[in-house]
Amino acid sequence: MFFIKPIESNEDYQKYVDEKTPNSPIWKDCFNAFWVGGLICAIGQVIFEICKMRGVGETNCYAIVSIMLIFFSAFLTSLNIFNKIGKFAGAGSLIPITGFANSIVSPAMEYKSEGYVMGVGAKMFTVAGPVLVYGISSSIIVGLIYLIFNMQYISLV
Amino acid sequence: MKKVGKQSYIMQNPVAIVNTACIVGPKEKEGPMHTYFDQCVEDEFWGEKTWEKAESKFIKESINLAVSKSGIAMQDIDFCFAGDLLNQCISSSFGLRESNVPFFGVFGACSTFVESMILGSMTIDGDFATNVLCAASSHFCSAEKQFRFPLELGNQRPPSSQWTVTGAGASVLSKNGNGPFVTAITPGKIVDKEIKDANNMGAAMAPAALDTLITHFIDTGRKPSYYDAIFTGDLGYIGKDILTDLSMSKGYNIKGNYNDCGVLMFDKEKQDTHSGGSGCGCVASIFSGFIYKNLIEKKYNKVLVIATGALMNSTSSQQGESIPGIAHAISIENK
Repeated sequence: MFFIKPIESNEDYQKYVDEKTPNSPIWKDCFNAFWVGGLICAIGQVIFEICKMRGVGETNCYAIVSIMLIFFSAFLTSLNIFNKIGKFAGAGSLIPITGFANSIVSPAMEYKSEGYVMGVGAKMFTVAGPVLVYGISSSIIVGLIYLIFNMQYISLV
Repeated sequence: MKKVGKQSYIMQNPVAIVNTACIVGPKEKEGPMHTYFDQCVEDEFWGEKTWEKAESKFIKESINLAVSKSGIAMQDIDFCFAGDLLNQCISSSFGLRESNVPFFGVFGACSTFVESMILGSMTIDGDFATNVLCAASSHFCSAEKQFRFPLELGNQRPPSSQWTVTGAGASVLSKNGNGPFVTAITPGKIVDKEIKDANNMGAAMAPAALDTLITHFIDTGRKPSYYDAIFTGDLGYIGKDILTDLSMSKGYNIKGNYNDCGVLMFDKEKQDTHSGGSGCGCVASIFSGFIYKNLIEKKYNKVLVIATGALMNSTSSQQGESIPGIAHAISIENK
Protein backbone atom coordinates (compact mmCIF):
# COMPACT_ATOMS: atom_id res chain seq x y z
CA MET A 1 0.00 0.00 0.00
CA PHE A 2 1.11 3.54 -0.80
CA PHE A 3 1.87 5.79 2.15
CA ILE A 4 2.83 9.42 2.03
CA LYS A 5 4.57 11.36 4.77
CA PRO A 6 2.27 13.53 6.87
CA ILE A 7 2.44 17.14 5.68
CA GLU A 8 2.66 19.53 8.61
CA SER A 9 4.02 22.93 7.55
CA ASN A 10 2.11 25.32 5.31
CA GLU A 11 5.07 25.59 2.91
CA ASP A 12 5.16 21.83 2.42
CA TYR A 13 1.43 21.81 1.83
CA GLN A 14 1.70 24.58 -0.79
CA LYS A 15 4.45 22.60 -2.53
CA TYR A 16 2.36 19.44 -2.45
CA VAL A 17 -0.70 21.31 -3.81
CA ASP A 18 1.35 22.80 -6.65
CA GLU A 19 2.39 19.28 -7.66
CA LYS A 20 -1.19 18.01 -7.45
CA THR A 21 -2.78 20.84 -9.41
CA PRO A 22 -2.79 20.40 -13.18
CA ASN A 23 -1.51 23.35 -15.22
CA SER A 24 -3.42 24.95 -18.06
CA PRO A 25 -2.66 23.24 -21.41
CA ILE A 26 -0.26 26.02 -22.38
CA TRP A 27 0.73 24.82 -25.88
CA LYS A 28 -2.86 24.23 -26.92
CA ASP A 29 -3.91 27.60 -25.47
CA CYS A 30 -1.03 29.37 -27.24
CA PHE A 31 -1.83 27.73 -30.56
CA ASN A 32 -5.54 28.64 -30.39
CA ALA A 33 -4.72 32.18 -29.24
CA PHE A 34 -2.28 32.54 -32.12
CA TRP A 35 -4.58 31.53 -34.94
CA VAL A 36 -7.77 33.16 -33.63
CA GLY A 37 -5.89 36.39 -32.82
CA GLY A 38 -4.32 36.26 -36.29
CA LEU A 39 -7.71 35.67 -37.88
CA ILE A 40 -9.21 38.70 -36.12
CA CYS A 41 -6.32 40.85 -37.34
CA ALA A 42 -6.73 39.45 -40.86
CA ILE A 43 -10.44 40.36 -40.79
CA GLY A 44 -9.38 43.87 -39.75
CA GLN A 45 -6.96 44.01 -42.67
CA VAL A 46 -9.67 42.86 -45.11
CA ILE A 47 -12.00 45.63 -43.89
CA PHE A 48 -9.12 48.08 -44.28
CA GLU A 49 -8.36 46.99 -47.86
CA ILE A 50 -12.04 47.14 -48.90
CA CYS A 51 -12.36 50.69 -47.52
CA LYS A 52 -9.15 51.72 -49.26
CA MET A 53 -10.36 50.25 -52.58
CA ARG A 54 -13.49 52.33 -52.28
CA GLY A 55 -11.38 55.45 -52.05
CA VAL A 56 -11.55 56.14 -48.31
CA GLY A 57 -8.54 57.97 -46.90
CA GLU A 58 -6.05 55.90 -44.87
CA THR A 59 -6.76 57.59 -41.50
CA ASN A 60 -10.49 57.05 -41.94
CA CYS A 61 -9.88 53.41 -42.91
CA TYR A 62 -8.21 52.77 -39.53
CA ALA A 63 -11.18 54.33 -37.74
CA ILE A 64 -13.64 52.23 -39.73
CA VAL A 65 -11.71 49.01 -38.92
CA SER A 66 -11.83 49.80 -35.16
CA ILE A 67 -15.50 50.74 -35.25
CA MET A 68 -16.48 47.58 -37.13
CA LEU A 69 -14.45 45.21 -34.95
CA ILE A 70 -15.87 46.81 -31.81
CA PHE A 71 -19.37 46.47 -33.23
CA PHE A 72 -18.91 42.78 -34.14
CA SER A 73 -17.47 41.99 -30.73
CA ALA A 74 -20.26 43.80 -28.86
CA PHE A 75 -22.87 42.14 -31.06
CA LEU A 76 -21.44 38.64 -30.53
CA THR A 77 -21.21 39.33 -26.79
CA SER A 78 -24.90 40.12 -26.67
CA LEU A 79 -25.68 36.88 -28.52
CA ASN A 80 -23.75 34.83 -25.94
CA ILE A 81 -21.20 33.81 -28.60
CA PHE A 82 -18.15 35.92 -27.76
CA ASN A 83 -17.64 34.28 -24.35
CA LYS A 84 -17.37 30.93 -26.16
CA ILE A 85 -14.79 32.33 -28.56
CA GLY A 86 -12.95 33.83 -25.57
CA LYS A 87 -13.00 30.53 -23.71
CA PHE A 88 -11.48 28.82 -26.73
CA ALA A 89 -8.98 31.44 -27.83
CA GLY A 90 -8.05 33.17 -24.54
CA ALA A 91 -5.67 36.05 -25.21
CA GLY A 92 -6.24 35.60 -28.95
CA SER A 93 -9.62 37.31 -28.72
CA LEU A 94 -8.86 39.27 -25.55
CA ILE A 95 -5.86 41.31 -26.70
CA PRO A 96 -7.28 42.80 -29.94
CA ILE A 97 -9.83 45.59 -29.66
CA THR A 98 -12.54 42.87 -29.65
CA GLY A 99 -11.61 41.89 -26.09
CA PHE A 100 -11.87 45.48 -24.95
CA ALA A 101 -15.37 45.81 -26.39
CA ASN A 102 -16.38 42.54 -24.74
CA SER A 103 -15.05 43.66 -21.36
CA ILE A 104 -17.32 46.73 -21.46
CA VAL A 105 -20.45 45.16 -22.92
CA SER A 106 -20.45 42.10 -20.63
CA PRO A 107 -20.67 43.97 -17.28
CA ALA A 108 -23.20 46.35 -18.82
CA MET A 109 -25.42 43.36 -19.61
CA GLU A 110 -24.78 41.68 -16.27
CA TYR A 111 -25.57 44.69 -14.08
CA LYS A 112 -28.59 45.93 -16.02
CA SER A 113 -30.70 44.32 -13.27
CA GLU A 114 -29.45 47.01 -10.84
CA GLY A 115 -30.79 49.81 -13.05
CA TYR A 116 -29.29 52.13 -15.65
CA VAL A 117 -27.51 54.47 -13.23
CA MET A 118 -26.08 52.32 -10.43
CA GLY A 119 -26.04 49.18 -12.55
CA VAL A 120 -25.07 49.75 -16.18
CA GLY A 121 -23.56 53.21 -15.63
CA ALA A 122 -21.54 52.48 -12.51
CA LYS A 123 -20.46 48.92 -13.27
CA MET A 124 -19.78 49.15 -17.00
CA PHE A 125 -16.05 49.75 -16.51
CA THR A 126 -15.40 47.26 -13.70
CA VAL A 127 -13.35 45.05 -16.04
CA ALA A 128 -12.08 47.63 -18.55
CA GLY A 129 -11.47 50.34 -15.91
CA PRO A 130 -7.95 49.21 -14.91
CA VAL A 131 -6.96 48.94 -18.60
CA LEU A 132 -8.13 52.51 -19.19
CA VAL A 133 -6.49 53.93 -16.06
CA TYR A 134 -3.10 52.32 -16.64
CA GLY A 135 -3.29 52.59 -20.42
CA ILE A 136 -3.85 56.35 -20.26
CA SER A 137 -1.37 56.83 -17.40
CA SER A 138 1.41 54.96 -19.21
CA SER A 139 0.75 56.86 -22.45
CA ILE A 140 1.19 60.12 -20.53
CA ILE A 141 4.48 58.89 -19.07
CA VAL A 142 5.72 57.74 -22.49
CA GLY A 143 4.67 61.13 -23.88
CA LEU A 144 6.65 62.93 -21.19
CA ILE A 145 9.75 60.82 -21.87
CA TYR A 146 9.41 61.58 -25.58
CA LEU A 147 9.09 65.27 -24.74
CA ILE A 148 12.25 65.26 -22.62
CA PHE A 149 14.39 63.52 -25.26
CA ASN A 150 13.07 65.55 -28.17
CA MET A 151 13.10 68.99 -26.58
CA GLN A 152 15.03 70.50 -29.49
CA TYR A 153 12.21 69.81 -31.99
CA ILE A 154 9.52 71.51 -29.90
CA SER A 155 8.98 75.17 -30.51
CA LEU A 156 7.07 77.03 -27.84
CA VAL A 157 5.65 79.67 -30.07
CA MET B 1 -26.76 14.96 23.13
CA LYS B 2 -23.59 13.51 24.61
CA LYS B 3 -20.17 14.93 23.94
CA VAL B 4 -17.56 12.39 22.95
CA GLY B 5 -13.89 13.24 22.60
CA LYS B 6 -12.86 16.74 21.60
CA GLN B 7 -15.67 18.03 19.43
CA SER B 8 -18.12 15.26 18.47
CA TYR B 9 -21.59 14.61 19.82
CA ILE B 10 -23.76 11.50 19.83
CA MET B 11 -27.51 12.11 19.59
CA GLN B 12 -29.47 10.81 22.57
CA ASN B 13 -32.95 11.31 21.11
CA PRO B 14 -33.83 10.18 17.60
CA VAL B 15 -33.53 12.90 14.96
CA ALA B 16 -35.21 11.55 11.83
CA ILE B 17 -34.79 12.98 8.36
CA VAL B 18 -38.45 12.75 7.36
CA ASN B 19 -38.04 13.86 3.80
CA THR B 20 -35.92 15.91 1.42
CA ALA B 21 -36.36 17.77 -1.84
CA CYS B 22 -34.00 19.20 -4.41
CA ILE B 23 -34.48 21.34 -7.47
CA VAL B 24 -31.62 22.01 -9.89
CA GLY B 25 -30.89 23.89 -13.10
CA PRO B 26 -30.34 22.83 -16.73
CA LYS B 27 -26.60 22.02 -16.54
CA GLU B 28 -27.14 19.77 -13.52
CA LYS B 29 -29.88 18.01 -15.47
CA GLU B 30 -27.32 17.03 -18.12
CA GLY B 31 -25.10 15.53 -15.43
CA PRO B 32 -25.02 11.91 -14.23
CA MET B 33 -27.12 12.65 -11.10
CA HIS B 34 -30.22 13.89 -12.94
CA THR B 35 -32.38 10.87 -12.10
CA TYR B 36 -32.17 11.64 -8.38
CA PHE B 37 -33.41 15.22 -8.50
CA ASP B 38 -37.05 16.04 -7.77
CA GLN B 39 -37.19 18.72 -10.42
CA CYS B 40 -34.89 20.07 -13.10
CA VAL B 41 -35.58 23.57 -14.36
CA GLU B 42 -34.88 24.25 -18.05
CA ASP B 43 -34.33 27.99 -17.75
CA GLU B 44 -31.68 29.46 -15.44
CA PHE B 45 -33.91 32.49 -14.84
CA TRP B 46 -36.89 30.22 -14.01
CA GLY B 47 -39.22 32.91 -15.34
CA GLU B 48 -37.77 35.60 -13.05
CA LYS B 49 -36.11 38.86 -14.03
CA THR B 50 -32.80 38.46 -12.17
CA TRP B 51 -30.45 35.63 -11.16
CA GLU B 52 -30.96 36.55 -7.50
CA LYS B 53 -34.74 36.20 -7.79
CA ALA B 54 -34.29 32.89 -9.57
CA GLU B 55 -32.08 31.60 -6.75
CA SER B 56 -34.68 32.64 -4.15
CA LYS B 57 -37.26 30.73 -6.14
CA PHE B 58 -35.06 27.61 -6.13
CA ILE B 59 -34.83 27.63 -2.33
CA LYS B 60 -38.48 28.60 -1.85
CA GLU B 61 -39.80 25.86 -4.12
CA SER B 62 -37.51 23.18 -2.70
CA ILE B 63 -38.58 24.06 0.84
CA ASN B 64 -42.24 23.90 -0.12
CA LEU B 65 -41.68 20.59 -1.86
CA ALA B 66 -39.75 19.06 1.06
CA VAL B 67 -42.42 20.13 3.54
CA SER B 68 -45.30 18.87 1.42
CA LYS B 69 -43.49 15.55 0.81
CA SER B 70 -42.88 15.15 4.55
CA GLY B 71 -46.60 15.34 5.33
CA ILE B 72 -45.93 17.92 8.04
CA ALA B 73 -47.83 21.19 7.77
CA MET B 74 -45.76 24.34 7.30
CA GLN B 75 -47.18 25.85 10.52
CA ASP B 76 -45.87 22.83 12.46
CA ILE B 77 -42.28 23.60 11.48
CA ASP B 78 -40.65 25.17 14.54
CA PHE B 79 -37.50 26.56 12.99
CA CYS B 80 -35.86 26.96 9.65
CA PHE B 81 -32.08 27.06 9.24
CA ALA B 82 -31.05 28.12 5.75
CA GLY B 83 -28.27 29.88 3.92
CA ASP B 84 -26.63 30.59 0.59
CA LEU B 85 -23.63 32.34 -0.95
CA LEU B 86 -25.05 35.74 -1.84
CA ASN B 87 -24.21 38.80 0.26
CA GLN B 88 -26.18 38.79 3.53
CA CYS B 89 -27.83 35.49 2.50
CA ILE B 90 -30.55 37.20 0.46
CA SER B 91 -31.64 34.09 -1.44
CA SER B 92 -32.69 32.33 1.74
CA SER B 93 -34.31 35.30 3.44
CA PHE B 94 -36.18 36.35 0.30
CA GLY B 95 -37.13 32.76 -0.45
CA LEU B 96 -38.49 32.28 3.08
CA ARG B 97 -40.14 35.64 3.69
CA GLU B 98 -43.62 34.30 2.94
CA SER B 99 -43.23 31.03 4.82
CA ASN B 100 -44.11 32.34 8.33
CA VAL B 101 -41.56 30.04 9.95
CA PRO B 102 -39.07 31.27 12.60
CA PHE B 103 -35.90 31.67 10.58
CA PHE B 104 -32.18 31.50 11.27
CA GLY B 105 -29.90 32.60 8.44
CA VAL B 106 -26.76 30.47 8.30
CA PHE B 107 -23.50 31.09 6.50
CA GLY B 108 -20.82 28.47 6.16
CA ALA B 109 -20.03 28.95 2.46
CA CYS B 110 -20.44 25.59 0.72
CA SER B 111 -20.77 23.83 4.09
CA THR B 112 -24.02 25.68 4.86
CA PHE B 113 -26.34 22.73 4.26
CA VAL B 114 -24.66 20.41 6.73
CA GLU B 115 -24.17 23.30 9.15
CA SER B 116 -27.97 23.84 9.03
CA MET B 117 -28.57 20.12 9.54
CA ILE B 118 -26.24 20.09 12.55
CA LEU B 119 -28.00 23.08 14.11
CA GLY B 120 -31.39 21.49 13.35
CA SER B 121 -30.35 18.17 14.91
CA MET B 122 -29.08 19.97 18.00
CA THR B 123 -32.33 21.86 18.53
CA ILE B 124 -34.39 18.68 18.15
CA ASP B 125 -32.12 16.59 20.34
CA GLY B 126 -32.09 19.33 22.96
CA ASP B 127 -35.89 19.31 22.99
CA PHE B 128 -36.20 22.84 21.66
CA ALA B 129 -38.13 21.80 18.56
CA THR B 130 -40.19 18.99 17.08
CA ASN B 131 -39.80 19.73 13.38
CA VAL B 132 -36.98 21.67 11.78
CA LEU B 133 -36.41 22.66 8.19
CA CYS B 134 -32.87 22.91 6.78
CA ALA B 135 -32.02 24.29 3.37
CA ALA B 136 -29.30 25.80 1.21
CA SER B 137 -29.02 27.08 -2.34
CA SER B 138 -26.58 28.41 -4.90
CA HIS B 139 -26.86 29.67 -8.45
CA PHE B 140 -24.06 29.61 -11.01
CA CYS B 141 -24.93 32.98 -12.54
CA SER B 142 -25.45 34.94 -9.30
CA ALA B 143 -22.28 33.41 -7.83
CA GLU B 144 -20.20 34.26 -10.91
CA LYS B 145 -21.54 37.80 -10.82
CA GLN B 146 -20.65 38.23 -7.15
CA PHE B 147 -17.34 36.37 -6.94
CA ARG B 148 -15.81 36.40 -10.43
CA PHE B 149 -16.59 38.06 -13.75
CA PRO B 150 -19.69 38.82 -15.81
CA LEU B 151 -20.99 35.73 -17.59
CA GLU B 152 -20.47 37.12 -21.09
CA LEU B 153 -16.82 38.00 -20.50
CA GLY B 154 -14.66 35.89 -22.80
CA ASN B 155 -12.10 34.55 -20.31
CA GLN B 156 -10.64 31.14 -19.58
CA ARG B 157 -11.03 29.11 -16.39
CA PRO B 158 -8.01 27.30 -14.97
CA PRO B 159 -8.22 23.47 -14.65
CA SER B 160 -8.46 23.70 -10.85
CA SER B 161 -11.56 25.94 -10.88
CA GLN B 162 -14.94 24.55 -9.89
CA TRP B 163 -18.39 25.13 -11.31
CA THR B 164 -21.03 26.56 -8.94
CA VAL B 165 -24.11 24.37 -8.93
CA THR B 166 -27.46 25.96 -9.75
CA GLY B 167 -29.87 24.37 -7.35
CA ALA B 168 -31.24 24.05 -3.87
CA GLY B 169 -31.85 21.26 -1.42
CA ALA B 170 -34.05 21.10 1.66
CA SER B 171 -34.59 18.53 4.35
CA VAL B 172 -37.18 18.18 7.10
CA LEU B 173 -35.87 16.89 10.42
CA SER B 174 -38.26 15.66 13.07
CA LYS B 175 -38.49 14.03 16.48
CA ASN B 176 -40.94 11.54 15.01
CA GLY B 177 -40.16 9.48 11.96
CA ASN B 178 -38.82 6.19 10.72
CA GLY B 179 -35.46 7.42 9.68
CA PRO B 180 -32.84 7.62 8.43
CA PHE B 181 -31.54 9.18 11.62
CA VAL B 182 -28.85 11.69 12.43
CA THR B 183 -26.72 9.80 14.94
CA ALA B 184 -23.57 11.86 15.42
CA ILE B 185 -22.20 15.26 14.54
CA THR B 186 -18.72 16.75 14.42
CA PRO B 187 -18.83 20.51 13.93
CA GLY B 188 -15.56 21.61 12.36
CA LYS B 189 -13.08 24.30 13.27
CA ILE B 190 -11.47 26.78 10.95
CA VAL B 191 -8.31 25.48 9.32
CA ASP B 192 -6.09 27.72 7.22
CA LYS B 193 -3.08 26.27 5.42
CA GLU B 194 -2.45 29.62 3.71
CA ILE B 195 -3.62 28.68 0.24
CA LYS B 196 -4.34 31.93 -1.61
CA ASP B 197 -5.49 30.73 -5.01
CA ALA B 198 -9.24 31.40 -5.20
CA ASN B 199 -9.30 29.15 -8.27
CA ASN B 200 -8.19 26.17 -6.21
CA MET B 201 -10.81 25.91 -3.48
CA GLY B 202 -10.41 22.15 -3.21
CA ALA B 203 -6.83 22.54 -2.03
CA ALA B 204 -7.82 25.32 0.39
CA MET B 205 -10.62 23.26 1.97
CA ALA B 206 -9.07 19.77 2.02
CA PRO B 207 -7.05 20.36 5.25
CA ALA B 208 -10.27 21.39 7.04
CA ALA B 209 -12.01 18.27 5.76
CA LEU B 210 -9.07 16.19 6.95
CA ASP B 211 -9.17 17.78 10.39
CA THR B 212 -12.89 17.09 10.82
CA LEU B 213 -12.63 13.58 9.37
CA ILE B 214 -9.77 12.49 11.63
CA THR B 215 -11.33 14.19 14.67
CA HIS B 216 -14.60 12.40 13.97
CA PHE B 217 -12.86 9.01 13.82
CA ILE B 218 -10.80 9.65 16.96
CA ASP B 219 -13.74 11.08 18.96
CA THR B 220 -16.25 8.38 18.07
CA GLY B 221 -13.78 5.51 17.89
CA ARG B 222 -15.13 4.63 14.45
CA LYS B 223 -13.04 3.58 11.49
CA PRO B 224 -13.54 4.48 7.82
CA SER B 225 -14.93 0.96 7.27
CA TYR B 226 -17.75 1.70 9.76
CA TYR B 227 -19.46 3.71 7.02
CA ASP B 228 -20.95 2.38 3.80
CA ALA B 229 -20.02 5.64 2.21
CA ILE B 230 -18.21 8.86 3.13
CA PHE B 231 -19.03 11.99 1.16
CA THR B 232 -17.36 15.36 1.19
CA GLY B 233 -19.17 18.40 -0.12
CA ASP B 234 -17.42 20.08 -3.02
CA LEU B 235 -13.73 19.39 -2.74
CA GLY B 236 -13.80 18.61 -6.45
CA TYR B 237 -11.35 16.27 -8.20
CA ILE B 238 -8.19 17.93 -6.90
CA GLY B 239 -9.45 18.30 -3.32
CA LYS B 240 -10.74 14.73 -3.30
CA ASP B 241 -7.36 13.48 -4.39
CA ILE B 242 -5.63 15.59 -1.73
CA LEU B 243 -7.96 14.42 1.05
CA THR B 244 -7.47 10.76 0.09
CA ASP B 245 -3.69 11.25 0.24
CA LEU B 246 -3.70 13.25 3.46
CA SER B 247 -5.95 10.86 5.35
CA MET B 248 -3.77 8.00 4.16
CA SER B 249 -0.76 9.83 5.59
CA LYS B 250 -2.58 9.94 8.94
CA GLY B 251 -3.28 6.22 8.77
CA TYR B 252 -6.89 6.26 7.60
CA ASN B 253 -7.59 4.60 4.27
CA ILE B 254 -10.83 6.05 2.86
CA LYS B 255 -10.15 5.15 -0.78
CA GLY B 256 -12.71 2.38 -0.97
CA ASN B 257 -15.87 4.13 0.21
CA TYR B 258 -15.14 7.81 -0.29
CA ASN B 259 -16.57 10.17 -2.88
CA ASP B 260 -17.14 13.88 -3.31
CA CYS B 261 -20.42 15.65 -4.17
CA GLY B 262 -18.64 18.04 -6.53
CA VAL B 263 -17.18 15.06 -8.41
CA LEU B 264 -20.54 13.26 -8.57
CA MET B 265 -22.49 16.25 -9.85
CA PHE B 266 -21.09 16.72 -13.35
CA ASP B 267 -19.54 14.70 -16.13
CA LYS B 268 -16.07 16.25 -16.18
CA GLU B 269 -15.27 15.38 -19.79
CA LYS B 270 -18.59 16.16 -21.44
CA GLN B 271 -19.63 19.18 -19.38
CA ASP B 272 -16.31 21.03 -19.18
CA THR B 273 -16.66 21.71 -15.47
CA HIS B 274 -12.92 21.32 -14.73
CA SER B 275 -12.45 20.26 -11.10
CA GLY B 276 -16.16 19.57 -10.46
CA GLY B 277 -19.16 21.22 -8.82
CA SER B 278 -19.22 23.59 -5.87
CA GLY B 279 -21.57 25.94 -4.02
CA CYS B 280 -24.08 25.44 -1.21
CA GLY B 281 -26.50 23.90 -3.69
CA CYS B 282 -24.06 21.12 -4.60
CA VAL B 283 -23.96 19.14 -1.35
CA ALA B 284 -27.57 20.22 -0.64
CA SER B 285 -28.94 18.72 -3.85
CA ILE B 286 -26.68 15.65 -3.90
CA PHE B 287 -27.60 14.88 -0.29
CA SER B 288 -31.31 15.53 -0.80
CA GLY B 289 -31.28 13.51 -4.00
CA PHE B 290 -28.66 10.80 -4.39
CA ILE B 291 -27.59 10.17 -0.79
CA TYR B 292 -31.04 10.37 0.82
CA LYS B 293 -32.68 8.15 -1.78
CA ASN B 294 -29.95 5.54 -1.35
CA LEU B 295 -30.50 5.66 2.42
CA ILE B 296 -34.23 5.18 1.96
CA GLU B 297 -33.68 2.25 -0.39
CA LYS B 298 -31.19 0.83 2.18
CA LYS B 299 -28.40 0.74 -0.37
CA TYR B 300 -26.51 2.74 2.21
CA ASN B 301 -27.16 2.26 5.92
CA LYS B 302 -24.36 4.30 7.43
CA VAL B 303 -23.22 7.48 5.76
CA LEU B 304 -20.85 10.24 6.82
CA VAL B 305 -21.34 13.58 5.07
CA ILE B 306 -18.63 16.20 5.48
CA ALA B 307 -19.50 19.52 3.90
CA THR B 308 -16.62 21.89 3.33
CA GLY B 309 -16.65 25.65 2.98
CA ALA B 310 -14.14 28.30 1.95
CA LEU B 311 -14.67 31.22 4.31
CA MET B 312 -13.58 34.09 2.10
CA ASN B 313 -15.05 36.76 -0.11
CA SER B 314 -13.79 38.72 -3.09
CA THR B 315 -12.56 41.60 -0.90
CA SER B 316 -10.41 39.33 1.31
CA SER B 317 -9.00 37.70 -1.84
CA GLN B 318 -8.11 41.06 -3.39
CA GLN B 319 -6.44 42.12 -0.15
CA GLY B 320 -4.16 39.11 -0.41
CA GLU B 321 -5.65 37.12 2.47
CA SER B 322 -5.42 33.34 2.42
CA ILE B 323 -8.51 31.14 2.28
CA PRO B 324 -9.62 29.65 5.62
CA GLY B 325 -11.53 26.40 5.25
CA ILE B 326 -14.14 24.73 7.41
CA ALA B 327 -15.77 21.31 7.36
CA HIS B 328 -18.77 19.99 9.29
CA ALA B 329 -19.50 16.28 9.56
CA ILE B 330 -22.83 14.59 10.13
CA SER B 331 -23.34 10.86 10.48
CA ILE B 332 -26.63 9.45 9.23
CA GLU B 333 -27.76 5.89 9.81
CA ASN B 334 -30.73 3.60 9.26
CA LYS B 335 -31.91 1.77 12.36
